[in-house]
Amino acid sequence: MQIQPILAALRRHRLASILIAMEIALACAVLCNACFLIVNRVQQTRVISGVDENALAAIKLTGYDPARGVDLNARVLSGLAKLPGVQSVSAINQVPFGDHAGTAGITTDPEGKRFGGVVDFYVGGRGSFEALGVRVVAGRLPQPADYQPVDFFVPDDSAVWVTHALAEHLWPGADPLGKEFWTGRFHFRVAGVLAHLARPYGGEGGPNTIEWSVYVPAQPGARLAAVYLLRADPAQLPRVLRDARAAMATIAPDAVLDSKASQTIGNLRENYFRQDRVMAGILVGVIAALLLVTALGIVGLASFWVQQRRRQIGVRRALGATRADILHYFQTENFLIVTGGIALGMLLAYALNLMLMQHYELPRLPLSYLPVGALALWGLGQLAVLGPALRAAAVPPVVATRSV
Amino acid sequence: MFGYYLDLALRSLKRNKALTVLMVLAIAVGIGASMTTLTVMHLLSGDPLPGRSGTLFYPQVDPDPDPSPNHQPYDMMDYRSAQELWSAHRADREAMVTSSQLRLTASHLNLPPLMAQMLSTTSDFFPMFDVPFRYGGGWTAEDDRSRARVAVISSDLNDKLFNGADSVGRTLRLKDSDVRIVGVLAPWRPSPQFYDVAGGRFSNGDTAGFYQRPEDVFVPFQSSLEINAGGFQPFTCWSMPGDPAHLQNSPCVWVALWVQLDSAAKVAGYRRFVADYAAQQKALGRFVHADNTQLRSLMGWLDFNQVVPSDVRLQTWLALAFLLICLFNTVGLLLAKFLRRAGEIGVRRALGASRAAVFAQCLVEAGLIGLLGGASGLLLTLFGLWLVRSQPVEYADLVHLDTTMFLATFALAVVASLLAGVLPALRASRMPPGLQLKTL
Repeated sequence: MQIQPILAALRRHRLASILIAMEIALACAVLCNACFLIVNRVQQTRVISGVDENALAAIKLTGYDPARGVDLNARVLSGLAKLPGVQSVSAINQVPFGDHAGTAGITTDPEGKRFGGVVDFYVGGRGSFEALGVRVVAGRLPQPADYQPVDFFVPDDSAVWVTHALAEHLWPGADPLGKEFWTGRFHFRVAGVLAHLARPYGGEGGPNTIEWSVYVPAQPGARLAAVYLLRADPAQLPRVLRDARAAMATIAPDAVLDSKASQTIGNLRENYFRQDRVMAGILVGVIAALLLVTALGIVGLASFWVQQRRRQIGVRRALGATRADILHYFQTENFLIVTGGIALGMLLAYALNLMLMQHYELPRLPLSYLPVGALALWGLGQLAVLGPALRAAAVPPVVATRSV
Repeated sequence: MFGYYLDLALRSLKRNKALTVLMVLAIAVGIGASMTTLTVMHLLSGDPLPGRSGTLFYPQVDPDPDPSPNHQPYDMMDYRSAQELWSAHRADREAMVTSSQLRLTASHLNLPPLMAQMLSTTSDFFPMFDVPFRYGGGWTAEDDRSRARVAVISSDLNDKLFNGADSVGRTLRLKDSDVRIVGVLAPWRPSPQFYDVAGGRFSNGDTAGFYQRPEDVFVPFQSSLEINAGGFQPFTCWSMPGDPAHLQNSPCVWVALWVQLDSAAKVAGYRRFVADYAAQQKALGRFVHADNTQLRSLMGWLDFNQVVPSDVRLQTWLALAFLLICLFNTVGLLLAKFLRRAGEIGVRRALGASRAAVFAQCLVEAGLIGLLGGASGLLLTLFGLWLVRSQPVEYADLVHLDTTMFLATFALAVVASLLAGVLPALRASRMPPGLQLKTL
């Protein structure tokens, strides 16, 4: 296949060729960045909570008299435990993907000088550690003596379990067991390390802080009341939750059930990431529409060129060119234009990524997206030009002998 | 002449239906996508109180005792600062606000108790923010002072509890206290719900929550502190609060102050007043950062909090890029269409039509395509807005197509297609007539 004559012909259609190339370039830039955004969003929704999501549900009560928290705990814990199918019920201050209730800054010295970051405290009563199903990778399990009463927020001095991610952040490379940290007057000593435990409401300091969680064993009381963790067989969980929600009217008529927060952890997770999924869906829609419009543009212009060149095609056919030659001619022509567009598009994609990085918390576009985007557009171009090119190949040589 | 061109354009569009449909579709899809996102953007970034927002300001002081320099004062105020600034009455109008949740029962109505959002505020809130009333009115400054047990309720709550009837004079039970309803609001849906906006810079762009509905119950500030004692949540604290049930003396910020200042001189005066107050507090040993005060205007405060969710902004950029691609597409197709008619244009030129006439004729055709694209784009926009409304976001019920955006749809479509038509039309008008005639 000779490229020379194609280039010569393209020079005669400079404007149209540039238009198509520009369209491809823009499409390439948007395509690469939109794909990158989608992958980013999807990755965000894949957060490992570290708990047995499909076996857990939360019940949250509001509007009760705080002075009667102890009584409320006693009624709810015993009342829910009686429901058929409930494997365990325990008090906890917050659950993954639920409302956050234990966010505080910590320091690694008692004077409060060395700031360690803002973390989330899971304050849980007896049974909650086992119910969550968190995996301990170092240290011991909580013992009955670790569960201490809470005056306010957390026990004054407690043994705690931190995630591996938080331990690495606070004491990089060191053995975290036995290490201490503080928040105000509260003192903590690390008794164990958890593989994973995501904080309830994402990472306030960006995605890297999503696992900055601390588990604090505590006794339910006036300051640890109203949120309960239910564990049941995954198959029975929806029914158990329904029963538990219904039972609240009789167990705790003095409180109001927070319907939005009283869900299975699976549902809470789904709601939590709904916006990200919608956005990913919109991006997929935009990409599809974009590719369609680009393809239609190529079809339109290619058809026009084929019609315009019917006589030349006829002459070439009469001079001995095969159908395949004509087909390849248009395919090569399209390939050249698209290649030009892609070359410009890669630069544009990079510039667009820089702009997005400024305004959104986005990492740099990995270079691997560029060849993938290029391949997609080459494929799209060839697909779009196939119809018009086949029509061109079908032009009979006899056209050459007709005047119009 | 225009009528003739229109006729020609119609004929030309009818001649090659596939190409016409392709072009109209490209414009329609581009317009539909960009107008959907622009409408959402327009609704979310608008002025919540047109005509009034220029006189509303949000003072901030910095009570943080940490001597390391803070970049910005806290987004809200501690109780003491807010109370002292408020009670000085140096502004034309002023209102403290803080929002909390509490249990609401209407015992005589036989409804289960519900958790309601309560706004604690002061009497100026209603006239200052032009809040519309359906029945009754706000409470008085005297009610603020005497800690009267009165309340204003939203129209939503009035519909829910009293089926929309005039409920002024009826009683509600808030937690364990009875309050008398003195006013019922007409439907009121400021976008965003500006007076509660705070903390936008910590939200990673996820600011849809700023567009939720106003609170259900409005209660005088001091009365509410008694009614919902222990039910208030701090915005943030600079050290661990001792008694979480009572935030009045806690090291926490949780109250916002809004002031109305009717002239530039008053704004300057109030700015000085806030700075003087901070300096005085520093002298008293309560503040460390006396110079860290702010007095942002309402719109400035919304900008500072970046109230428009970042996803919405991203969608707008995407849609505009998409529109640009659709335009390139249309330029290419129009070029093909006009050049295909080279012979016809050659004849017209040979018969005496000027270049300008050919150019105008081509543009009329492009504009017609834009109009058709705009009409289909409008349908797509309505569909797109319907999709936005079905999303689970706080601002979903705000989304509608207003007259401005309705007209903007057509304007954008026609302007876009005319822009797309310029280059091909120029090309067509520059064709030498002789060459084209020869080939006929």
